[in-house]
Amino acid sequence: MIDSVYIAWRYLVFNKARSATLVACVSLIAVLPFTLDVLLNESERQLLSRAETTPLLVGAKGSALDLVMNSLYLDDQVPELVSMQVNDEVSESGLANPIPLYVRFHARGFPIVGTTLDYFDFRGLQVREGRSLALLGECVLGSAVAESLGLKPGDRLLSSPETVFDLAGIYPLNMNVVGVLEPSHSADDVAVFVDVKTAWVIEGLVHGHQDLLKVRDPTLIMERNDQNVTATAKLTQYTEIDEQNIGSFHFHGEPQAYPLTAVIALPADAKSATILRGRYVSAEKTTQIVEPNEVIDGLLRNIFRVKSIIDSVIVVVGLAALLALVLVFALSLRLRQRELNTVFRLGCSRYTIVRLLGAEIAIILIISAALVAAVAGVVSHYDEQLVRLFLVN
Amino acid sequence: MIQIESLRFQYPSGDFHLGIADFKVASGEKVAVIGPSGSGKTTMLNLIAGILIPETGDVTVDGIHVNALSDAKRRDFRITNVGFVFQDFELLDYLSVLDNILHPYRITGALRLTDEIRSRAIALAEGLGLGDKLNRNITQLSQGEKQRAAICRALMARPKVILADEATGNLDPRNKGHILDALFESVEAHGASLVAVTHDHDLLPRFDRVIDFQDFRAEVGA
Repeated sequence: MIDSVYIAWRYLVFNKARSATLVACVSLIAVLPFTLDVLLNESERQLLSRAETTPLLVGAKGSALDLVMNSLYLDDQVPELVSMQVNDEVSESGLANPIPLYVRFHARGFPIVGTTLDYFDFRGLQVREGRSLALLGECVLGSAVAESLGLKPGDRLLSSPETVFDLAGIYPLNMNVVGVLEPSHSADDVAVFVDVKTAWVIEGLVHGHQDLLKVRDPTLIMERNDQNVTATAKLTQYTEIDEQNIGSFHFHGEPQAYPLTAVIALPADAKSATILRGRYVSAEKTTQIVEPNEVIDGLLRNIFRVKSIIDSVIVVVGLAALLALVLVFALSLRLRQRELNTVFRLGCSRYTIVRLLGAEIAIILIISAALVAAVAGVVSHYDEQLVRLFLVN
Repeated sequence: MIQIESLRFQYPSGDFHLGIADFKVASGEKVAVIGPSGSGKTTMLNLIAGILIPETGDVTVDGIHVNALSDAKRRDFRITNVGFVFQDFELLDYLSVLDNILHPYRITGALRLTDEIRSRAIALAEGLGLGDKLNRNITQLSQGEKQRAAICRALMARPKVILADEATGNLDPRNKGHILDALFESVEAHGASLVAVTHDHDLLPRFDRVIDFQDFRAEVGA
């Protein structure tokens, strides 16, 4: 038997390209459904676990899915904005505690989450290194962000402009990294957390600049009268908040009107939740309240409906591939007729010839199985990260 | 010793039949068979080797009635008693020179591959000038080297019968001489019977006996 395996191995090694193609085909047929299954189950787990722990979400009317995906999984798709007033309404209702969320900006590819310290308590996020948020312009990094960017407390992180054409408006903010969170194995690992006011600074709603009353350079002043001083575009806007200039940062307009992407509502009990939901039923309301669990359930139903179609396609493609493999072997036998005749004329039995060919198939299947096991091992081990990389985020 | 008596053979397609009344080759004898293409020379070699079975008559090798053996025994007989050198070498491209020489030992239970056999293969290959090419792939050899590798494979089991089917057909004169030397050495060393089909009339004087297949056969036709 060992001799058959040796001869079969030599044949497969000699015909490397053909053998590699066969191994790739067999492996793909086996690995595709398995990988899909593992990743979808993990994505279901991740999506549901986060959705289940977030009781209610208030946001602008529109796509509930966009609202949930942006608020829970920090998706790039920004929903319609609501104002800070929505947060205050929830608070004033006495039915739930609000946590404001402003998930709109990015820093070096990672989402900036403008929120309050309540968010850290709600998600059970622990600071591993440094401290939590305290001052304007500070940020705390999710573990994966810190690892990926090689940042630690004391370093600086620059926010990214929303678009490269946004010449007139938003200046990047050079944020002070004050802490790094423990890994939470959730979307929070890939987030940059700032106070919601810092997020407004990034937007330019809260800003700091030279004191116009003290400025004497005429090129900086467009108009000056008793009530107002109008500056020119030459006036230096602070893009970094430090101890010296923090006092110069100020709001323009009414902070209640400042934007948020959503408000997480944490009701005291089921009754409060029901009452609160009832208050958003009105068609005239410009806001909606959603239960993330229901939204994600709907999404998963669609995903698994698609998966069942993909499964059927994989079965058909798999069968076609297997038939193609059988055809390849059959054609290969015809091409090898002369070689098989030689072996037969030397004194080899037909059974041994079958054994030689069987050994070739067995080796291909064993290598494919090893490859599938390796891929399956990697996928199973890194399913959490893979799902976050490809599906959830 | 090879003996054929009252043999009649026909291919299943029925388009060729061969009859041989009497054919003998003694042990240690070197016989050349000449004749035009299609006259049945290769068919006769296949009948002696037990690859083909006659309809009637008898093929005897060293007292063994080849056509009376079962399929399995005939295969064992062939691999242990017959050294066949094919016209086109018929080596396996995907094996090295040494693996090709040892190939019969890997495909049958009748022969056992031992360290001694391996040493013998190496010595045989060295004797035929292939010592430095044992681990080379067959595709890297010249025609002459391929034929020498094929001869090594045929002679490995020290067969009682050596059948060479136009073994020198594709070779230059110098290589033809070497090939014949190797075959003759084995015949003399082990008292084997050599039947060599050839079209090369220059080599005929070196054989003990030359049979013109056209004169000798009893019957051949389509």
